[in-house]
Amino acid sequence: MTVPTPAPTRAQQTSTPSALEVVDLVKTYGRKKEVRALDGVSFTVPPGIVFGLLGPNGAGKSTTVKILTTLSRADTGTARVMGLDVAKDQQRVRLAIGYVSQKSGTDPEATGRENLMLAGRIYGLSRGQAQHRADELLNRFGLTESAGRLVRTYSGGMQRKLDVALGLIHRPQVLFLDEPTTGLDPEARADMWAEIERLSTQDGITVLLTTHYLEEADRLASQLAIVDRGRVVAEGTPASLKAQLRGDAVQIDLKEPDLDGHARLLIERVPGVGEIHVQGAMLRARVEDGSAAVPAVLAVLDDAGIAVSSVTMSRPSLDDVYLRHAGRSFDTADRADAARAA
Amino acid sequence: MTTATLTAPATAAVPPAPGGLLTHTGYITARWLRGQARQPFFLVFSLLQPAIWLLLFGQLFKGIVNLPGFSDTSYIAYLTPGIVIMTALLSSGWSGTNFLMDIERGVMDRMLTSPVKRGALMAGQLASQATSILIQGVIVLLIGMAAGARYDGVPLGFVVTLGAAVLLAVAFCSLSNAVALLTRQHNALIGIFQFVSLPLTFLSSVMMDPKLSPDWVATAARYNPVDWAVVASREALSASPDWGVVAWRGGFLLLFAVTVAWLSTLAFRSYQRSV
Repeated sequence: MTVPTPAPTRAQQTSTPSALEVVDLVKTYGRKKEVRALDGVSFTVPPGIVFGLLGPNGAGKSTTVKILTTLSRADTGTARVMGLDVAKDQQRVRLAIGYVSQKSGTDPEATGRENLMLAGRIYGLSRGQAQHRADELLNRFGLTESAGRLVRTYSGGMQRKLDVALGLIHRPQVLFLDEPTTGLDPEARADMWAEIERLSTQDGITVLLTTHYLEEADRLASQLAIVDRGRVVAEGTPASLKAQLRGDAVQIDLKEPDLDGHARLLIERVPGVGEIHVQGAMLRARVEDGSAAVPAVLAVLDDAGIAVSSVTMSRPSLDDVYLRHAGRSFDTADRADAARAA
Repeated sequence: MTTATLTAPATAAVPPAPGGLLTHTGYITARWLRGQARQPFFLVFSLLQPAIWLLLFGQLFKGIVNLPGFSDTSYIAYLTPGIVIMTALLSSGWSGTNFLMDIERGVMDRMLTSPVKRGALMAGQLASQATSILIQGVIVLLIGMAAGARYDGVPLGFVVTLGAAVLLAVAFCSLSNAVALLTRQHNALIGIFQFVSLPLTFLSSVMMDPKLSPDWVATAARYNPVDWAVVASREALSASPDWGVVAWRGGFLLLFAVTVAWLSTLAFRSYQRSV
């Protein structure tokens, strides 16, 4: 159960500062600054929640995370982590955060325990403290038995768990998880989801999660920002974002393609039906009340002798939210932007 | 769900004290040494190769000492310090692949988001390379002795030879690291090093007395750091070393190593900017 977090009022904000405060970040790449990776990204994350940055590949999620973790610098704009400026107070920011990058980050030629020990010592733990903390984390992530094995012998899921363990070695206040489940099999992904949920519910850590999986954002994030082409196009709880879309989505598959637009014309006249998209024999529309509209739609089609092969009705999904705000479907955007980035 | 656990403190708690540059360099050095020790193939071949050169070239060019004007009477004694230095040079070329693997794997990014001292990332890696090159040098010297090389200037001559090998290694490891950080390609790195290392070896006195080479080779050798290292080593190993020669060559070598190491930190910064 996720309890929707109420938006903090001005007065509350001063007493409980935000875990993350991102204002108008701009980042360009290339000699002539021709690639605009971030085009004014702003969002605020209250402490103790899982915040999702959702967007297709190349939308600017990783760039945002790199700036927040002091890896990269923004051209303009400011970002604060636990009240600390990421550009001016780098060293203290680094102690407050953990970072799990898209590309793992474990040394394959060292054992799981050695990876953790080195990280612990770098953060200033004594040998004893580091050992204790490493044991704790190995145990928590079910890696105790593999602790003495070289990481290159680990499965993908085990490596990912070790990545997260490494990010937690110094008990950070904010953990950045950049695409943590990309490339994992379904079982390992379910495991990882459970771990991420525990981070905020049990440990009280603020988690910034980037993902291009809609269902991942829907399930884990109590608040999210949808990023598209270097901008935040929508922000809120998954429920509130979906609630902005009134009604239900209806998809009608006809036996024959609607070549003359006859079916579309008939459906448009049904009360409460809008936003009709036709693609061959598939019609998609938004309706105010699915249970009332569907029988009416079927009736007019039947009267006109147009054969229907199936009808599906669904509650609005994040995909619909994305379609509304970015003007294209998530899959299309993901493929197009991935191709552009390559 | 309890709300009490959700309230995180406003600012970072009193930060633990991550160690200084030396402490961090120690951690990073240990990490790389452990990794090297776990690659037995690499270890064996990096020792086998100089041993083969020493014995092969030692036999092949045995007669060179009979040429009028050659400065030594035993070719194996002449060749051994040359092979120590050549091994240092050739091993150094691979140094940058460590950084490339760390970058590809994401280890570099994770390190850079931690409070690790930036200098320690470079110094620790260099120290581990220098250590393994030092061990290689000792073994090559021992093989040379076993093959019949004898020196008057011991043990100081050995110290100078190994010191020169380490300085040269620091310089060329730094160069390799810089090329790796700038090109970020394994092929480019290895290609550039193969292109550079052979001329550097042959335009020096590693195998041949420059007095018997064409003038231009002797001239080129004078500006070649590999030659500085070999000349300093041989001089220190001789019966009555001219310490001025050792000091000059050693000094140039030190200056060269420091300059290239400094340049490699610039390459590191350029990498950080490109992230």
